[in-house]
Amino acid sequence: MKIRRRDFLKGVAASGLLLAAEQTPAQAKRARKDLPPNAVGILYDSTLCIGCRVCEHGCKEANNMPMEHTNPKERMWDDPQDLSAKTLNIVKRYGVAGKKDSVEGFAFIKRHCMHCIDPACVSACPVSALVKNPENGVVTYNKKACIGCRYCQVACPYNIPKFQWDSPFPEITKCQLCSHLLAKGGISACCAVCPTGASLFGPVEKLRLEAKRRLAMEPGVYYDFPVANIESTEVQKHRAGGYVKHVYGERELGGSQVLYLAGVPFANLGLPDLPEDSYVALADGIQYAIYKGMVYPLVVLGGLIYIIRNREEKKE
Amino acid sequence: MQERQALGGKLLTVPFKVCAAIVLIGLFFIGKRFIFGIGSVSNMNDGYPWGIWIAYDVVVGTALACAGYSIALIVYVFNKGEYSPLVRPALMTSMFGYTLAGISVIFDIGRYWQAYNIFLPWLSNLHSVMFEVALCIGTYILVLWMEFGPVLLDKFKADQLKARLNRIIFVFIALGILLPTMHQSSLGTMMLMAGHKLSPLWWSGFLPLLFLITAVVIGYAAVIFESLVAAIAFKRPMEMHLLSKISALMPWLLGLYLVIRLEDVNLRGYLPLAFDGGLLGNLFLLENLLLLAALLILVYPANRQSPRLLFIASCAMLLGGSMYRFNTYIVGFDPGTGWQYFPSVPELFITFGIIAAEVMAYLWFVKTLPVLPRLKKA
Repeated sequence: MKIRRRDFLKGVAASGLLLAAEQTPAQAKRARKDLPPNAVGILYDSTLCIGCRVCEHGCKEANNMPMEHTNPKERMWDDPQDLSAKTLNIVKRYGVAGKKDSVEGFAFIKRHCMHCIDPACVSACPVSALVKNPENGVVTYNKKACIGCRYCQVACPYNIPKFQWDSPFPEITKCQLCSHLLAKGGISACCAVCPTGASLFGPVEKLRLEAKRRLAMEPGVYYDFPVANIESTEVQKHRAGGYVKHVYGERELGGSQVLYLAGVPFANLGLPDLPEDSYVALADGIQYAIYKGMVYPLVVLGGLIYIIRNREEKKE
Repeated sequence: MQERQALGGKLLTVPFKVCAAIVLIGLFFIGKRFIFGIGSVSNMNDGYPWGIWIAYDVVVGTALACAGYSIALIVYVFNKGEYSPLVRPALMTSMFGYTLAGISVIFDIGRYWQAYNIFLPWLSNLHSVMFEVALCIGTYILVLWMEFGPVLLDKFKADQLKARLNRIIFVFIALGILLPTMHQSSLGTMMLMAGHKLSPLWWSGFLPLLFLITAVVIGYAAVIFESLVAAIAFKRPMEMHLLSKISALMPWLLGLYLVIRLEDVNLRGYLPLAFDGGLLGNLFLLENLLLLAALLILVYPANRQSPRLLFIASCAMLLGGSMYRFNTYIVGFDPGTGWQYFPSVPELFITFGIIAAEVMAYLWFVKTLPVLPRLKKA
């Protein structure tokens, strides 16, 4: 009996070491995820944005969101400073004066959920309150499932989900790409109302090609730019901006369905430099290495029950 | 089976009354939270969605409550029956620590009335570390009460029930070892997802392993601390023969921890951050120096015989280990958009209330239930 126990302990120790070895990040990652088949998203082009904030208004109207008054003396206008439980979409400005879309000058950025291909919030949520639609890839929220643990907020690399701190019955709020409008064949409100085509809705594959087309444009030359929906025929003529040669969101953390183009480095616009592998893939990989789908824990439990029972019996 | 005794004596002592007052203040603010929302009592915000209720009450609190786990490991897995006098008090601190952590989660989560969703299979997200932690901790609280059950049944002279529980208790003992191993490491895995928002001095693929080791280290330190303080407070002889033997394990554990911790930061190339004089670097150094100090004290067998040095070493381990966990969840976390967090007074009082409730429950139980070993009449 004694030898058997020792063998068991050796096994436990060995698997412990194995786990420790498997925890080196390079080995534990699980594979990247693919774009859902009919993924839709938004291409936001900072060089086309004029900062009119009509998209903020369109978003609030479409989603029944309240006004926000950051300045208590000025209660006439909606004046959010950042995304919040009342504001799902915001246009922010980097720099104040000078030439638009230059590092010394200023530039706009529109922030909302990126609808990641491998979303951290969806993986984090213990009760599947946040889910990624397997068809169009939109990340939606279900308040009936949510327990309000706020792990999604900790996990989101872009700090998108917000929480209603002042409510006794709080909810998480975030952009859901106007999925209620998509269901009726419409498009996201922010894109529908955008006067310049800076926010462009469409299938992600087409948006990626469009982004590549724009990066290849010669700065200062007039080109056709689609407006609202890339699949519509409406176009406007604009001079091509001097783009930073990078499509933000194409590869960041495994990619997202919202893509950004800009004339200044993305870090200046509050978009961090991120690796191509998502933290989710790493956490999932490690979790799987440790538990092998609950097989390891059950084996260990069996072993523990066996030795403890033997011991208790011997005592009697 | 060792003989155990209830200490008896007056329950309404001054410390007990002070604790009761703190609990009442805490309850007042908890009431406010349920009426006006979490924002009305807490400084938590969208950048720092977790504050001290999670970082202290749950992440540090359950580690302090790993006393039962650590002792069970040594008594049942490594078959060292001589430590069994330490089992009951350790189990009891675990039971209180985990139960109160479970309770504080209820007022921390926003939509507490739907908390049962965790147990609905069609909602469970098996990929979620939070799901695993919640389920594990929930089950473990139940297991702890079952493990402690014989003590309660002793008190109520429910012999038949006790005999029945004793027949299946090995299942609970086994679960009592498995579950903390799972969720204590998962508390580390949880912060992997914070990615670039967590300082590289704390973010690491080794988070699960380091959290597991700190749980065991803090667990043993809590046993030593609790035993020494109880001996002084209740004027009982110190259990030095057991404590010094247990503490002989600590240099090994601490050495393993420190090697992994430092080498991991070093290999990833972030060690210079520790010496840049900033807050994070200094905290990183402090946290590891505390554990190193405990190692250096306990590595000499003679020191392990001294109650004073043992006490100092246990304090260093409790502090160093707790700081590691706290820093991983709060101080090293920076969402990077100008957000700041420092707990508000009401928020602190709710946590103080939890701690005070724990002390009260401890005093009440050791005085009325057979928890501590019976003293041999000389």
